[in-house]
Amino acid sequence: MEIGGYIAYFVSWAIWAGIFAVFALGLNIQWGYTGLFNIGIAGFFCIGAYTSALITTPKPTGIYAQYVQQIFGLNLPFILGILGAALVCGFIAYLIGYPTLRLREDYLAIATIGIAETVRLVFNNYHKLANGPRGLMGLPQPLQGLVDPRHYDYIYLVIVLAIMVVIYLSIERAIRSPWGRVLRAIREDEIASAMSGKDIFRFKMQSLIFGSMIMGVGGALYAHYTKAISPDVFTPLYGTFIIWIMLMAGGSGNNKGAILGAFVIWFIWTIGAKVLTDLLPYTLKARAPYIRYLIIGILLEIILIYRPQGLMGEEKRISKMID
Amino acid sequence: MPELIVYGIVLGSIIALGAIGLTLVYGILRFANFAHGDLMTAGAYIALFLVTVLFPWLDIPDTTFGSLSFGWRMVLAFPIVMACVAIAAILFDRILYRPLRMKRSGPVILAMSALGASFIIRMIVLILWGADSLFYRPGVLRPAIELPHEIKIRPDQILILVTVLFLVALLYLFLKRTKMGKAMRATADNMELARVSGIDTEKVIIWTWGIGGALAAAGGVLYGIDVQLHPGMGWHFLLPLFAATILGGIGNMYGALIGALVMGVAQQVSTAYLLPTYKPAVAFMVMIIILLVRPQGIFGGGRA
Repeated sequence: MEIGGYIAYFVSWAIWAGIFAVFALGLNIQWGYTGLFNIGIAGFFCIGAYTSALITTPKPTGIYAQYVQQIFGLNLPFILGILGAALVCGFIAYLIGYPTLRLREDYLAIATIGIAETVRLVFNNYHKLANGPRGLMGLPQPLQGLVDPRHYDYIYLVIVLAIMVVIYLSIERAIRSPWGRVLRAIREDEIASAMSGKDIFRFKMQSLIFGSMIMGVGGALYAHYTKAISPDVFTPLYGTFIIWIMLMAGGSGNNKGAILGAFVIWFIWTIGAKVLTDLLPYTLKARAPYIRYLIIGILLEIILIYRPQGLMGEEKRISKMID
Repeated sequence: MPELIVYGIVLGSIIALGAIGLTLVYGILRFANFAHGDLMTAGAYIALFLVTVLFPWLDIPDTTFGSLSFGWRMVLAFPIVMACVAIAAILFDRILYRPLRMKRSGPVILAMSALGASFIIRMIVLILWGADSLFYRPGVLRPAIELPHEIKIRPDQILILVTVLFLVALLYLFLKRTKMGKAMRATADNMELARVSGIDTEKVIIWTWGIGGALAAAGGVLYGIDVQLHPGMGWHFLLPLFAATILGGIGNMYGALIGALVMGVAQQVSTAYLLPTYKPAVAFMVMIIILLVRPQGIFGGGRA
């Protein structure tokens, strides 16, 4: 492979890592700052991707409509797709949060598993919604005509990184505000924060919705990069577990850590996979993905026991005014 | 409809074996064991290994009992599998959860560790057996017994009900009559108080995992006999398991039993109106309704 090939590979790699970093940032609000245990990221991933796809593609007509069914197709620009994805994910988060956020903390976890499974089942089985298991194809990409399609990845990388930075800055800003301090107070001691007159349920709900909206944006970014989506991608393995490892490895409660974790784990995941597949005997090559997940699972257990703060740990400084 | 209810009771009895273990672990260790469904998967696949690899190699005869779909191999495998998974569950506790417990990590960190454990189990199953559905005995015609109200039931299913009833009765006697059973109930009630009364709570925890693992394994094998084996089966059981546990009130064994039967019937009856693939979603919906209406469960008086 010549040098251009390596660069193209690296750009594509960085786009993926950037998309995962967006998810890790969303999870960081929920888990890192508020202590909400969302293990249904795959559900928000899926809803975000499909919402944006339905908003930005035209409804199929003529002979094409016999092969592709979708409930609507608005043919609107990319930016509205992203906003729509965020809004729908926020609404779904509200629906899950309402019955569970007043209860024990692990009920939210169970409910998020439930919503992720249910969403995947609905997209798989209700064909009129978004073409069932075959999914949707031919999603538009922003600024498509600007350069040669061969070099389009550069533009998309800039878009992904720009959105990632905007999200990073807005979380940093929010978490250093009085609002962010309440979130962390709830994470540390719910009863004490309630006694200080804070409405725990409302703050938890806001955190859950904010984080889920960011996950929706991540889903949309994913959908417009791959240009084709189908429900089988959004499994708990791929859609949820790997993002958790990224945040835990980078350091929950630290936005820089979330981004670092996404890039580090994505590096281990992709490069490690290449090395692993080459090393395995021929008969085991088909099972290589499972071995990858096994190693990642063991890595999570090691992090939990030996380095729960991750690579970076939580940033303790709250304000630049205080040392 | 009567037929679906009967099938629901069969499914519910299998769920019950998982849910009882889950509720015991939940009640005593106070964290959500997301690996419980995958303990069922582990049991089912260990039995597959014994029945299709080890026992043929040992020349154990393959004859079946009358109209049942299995024979001596499975009867022999059943207790071995329960013991294996019980040991596996205890090892998971020693290696993964105990260090976290010692560090006084919160229940959510323990639940996350369990989630990691569930993925580890599933990946090992996928590496060893692949992603296809498997059967203990492929292509065997299993005749059905006709009951009144057009209910057709397979002899296997009757035996599943009997086995579950036997295991639950055994557990009931254990909890009521033995010293360890009493210690377990005391620990579930209040661990600190149990400890100052001289109960060795670490020993209680080991027994809890052992019993929970053994029952889960039994549930997995029975599901394999009734339907099929699949690496994702434990994950699909997770929602009904938790729904049953919450419905019955966390830590309440009898509640979990009733909750499991309700979930089994609800899931099977739903297939009259919805695609069968929606079963986990039905469990989820029932659970959300419980959380909205009565989050402490039917039999739970305590906090939710």
